[in-house]
Amino acid sequence: MFNSYTETTLRYDPDLCINCDMCSEVCPHGVFIRGAETARLINPSACMECGACMINCPTRAIIVNSGVGCATAMMWAALRGKSLDEATCGEEIDSHGSKNASDCCGGGSDCCG
Amino acid sequence: MRTTDTLSSADRWEHIQARLGINRMLHRVKPGLYTLGEPDPDSPVFVTSNYKLSFDALRSSLKGMSAWILVLDTHGINVWCAAGKGTFGTNELVKRIALTNLRQVVRTRVLILPQLGATGVAAHEVKKQTGFKVEYGPVRASDLPEYMKTRKATAEMRRVRFTLLDRMTLVPVEMLGYALPTLIAGAVLYFLGGWFSALALVAAVLAGAVLHPILLPWIPVKDFSVRGFILGLLVMIPFLVASLTGSQGALWLRLLKLVPIVLGYPTVTAFIALNFTGSSTFTSVLGVKKEIYRYIPLMAWFLGISVVLTIGFAVAKALGG
Repeated sequence: MFNSYTETTLRYDPDLCINCDMCSEVCPHGVFIRGAETARLINPSACMECGACMINCPTRAIIVNSGVGCATAMMWAALRGKSLDEATCGEEIDSHGSKNASDCCGGGSDCCG
Repeated sequence: MRTTDTLSSADRWEHIQARLGINRMLHRVKPGLYTLGEPDPDSPVFVTSNYKLSFDALRSSLKGMSAWILVLDTHGINVWCAAGKGTFGTNELVKRIALTNLRQVVRTRVLILPQLGATGVAAHEVKKQTGFKVEYGPVRASDLPEYMKTRKATAEMRRVRFTLLDRMTLVPVEMLGYALPTLIAGAVLYFLGGWFSALALVAAVLAGAVLHPILLPWIPVKDFSVRGFILGLLVMIPFLVASLTGSQGALWLRLLKLVPIVLGYPTVTAFIALNFTGSSTFTSVLGVKKEIYRYIPLMAWFLGISVVLTIGFAVAKALGG
């Protein structure tokens, strides 16, 4: 109860893994560890969906819907009429060249500076 | 460009400003290639963002070392957040390597990146496009001296933490961020319900901005909103007691007066706590999304009911009820 963080969008296909070790190296939460023949997904619920493993996996064995796990950024995105998945940190320069500072980085977060 | 491994008092003053969120977008370093000490073409190359705190953490960790420091243009954002946005990313790295003529300046073909930069950089892509092998160093610059001995990071060095000190460092900027809205809402509440209401708001905000970051791992609930709500309820206990013992009239009226204390103010704490997800080092997109869908409607109801009641009580009082 009261745990929204039990599942994540992380998907791993060991059949594609070439055991290059990049995922276990870049993961900041020990989700992957080095295995004998392929990387082993040992702690999926610790995944914060940062996407480091996915982008550094040369064979695309890992898929995750990565983004910022920041409520402030998501709610600002919603207020601007965007979907929660379009949330980003910090100031954005929009297509008109004007600055769109989301409160994420002014509201109190250390994230963006 | 040249830099040193020592931090001046001016540097430290700027760090304090950055930690307080003062001129927060201005703590930048010029992007480009820096020399630290007397590097030769075989000296190691470290890559970092152009946020002053990141750059200074790196150079001050490389005490006595000769090295190259390649500073990417991340618009003054730290490595991890910039990597999340992609500004500390493959494209910027490839571009910066070209702009600084790095291939001609150094003989080494290895770049040492902070591990958290991996969110934006595809090592195999950089290798393909530039010939440089990306090596992910430890999460924290302070582990670099140890890392450089073996060029292997221990499991501990690879983990992001969120220590008490980390969390306490965030408290000043949290407090300052909520200062103005609290002042405004507090003034309104003072006119509606006197010092009692204004103080209750301040207590609720402090519970969210100060107590929640500090006590985070010790409250055994995963959801930030719920953890905040619990803390909000705890700091409301004195107000609850004061309201119960101080108010007169019919029982239903006295109970009704408790509603904002039990639902309204703790909701403020819960909302502030939910907004701390972005400062934390472990929340996933999916989890935060679930929290928003689960609790924001509830928060809106709790707050709405409390606001209506508080205004109602103020009107009744003004009318002499």
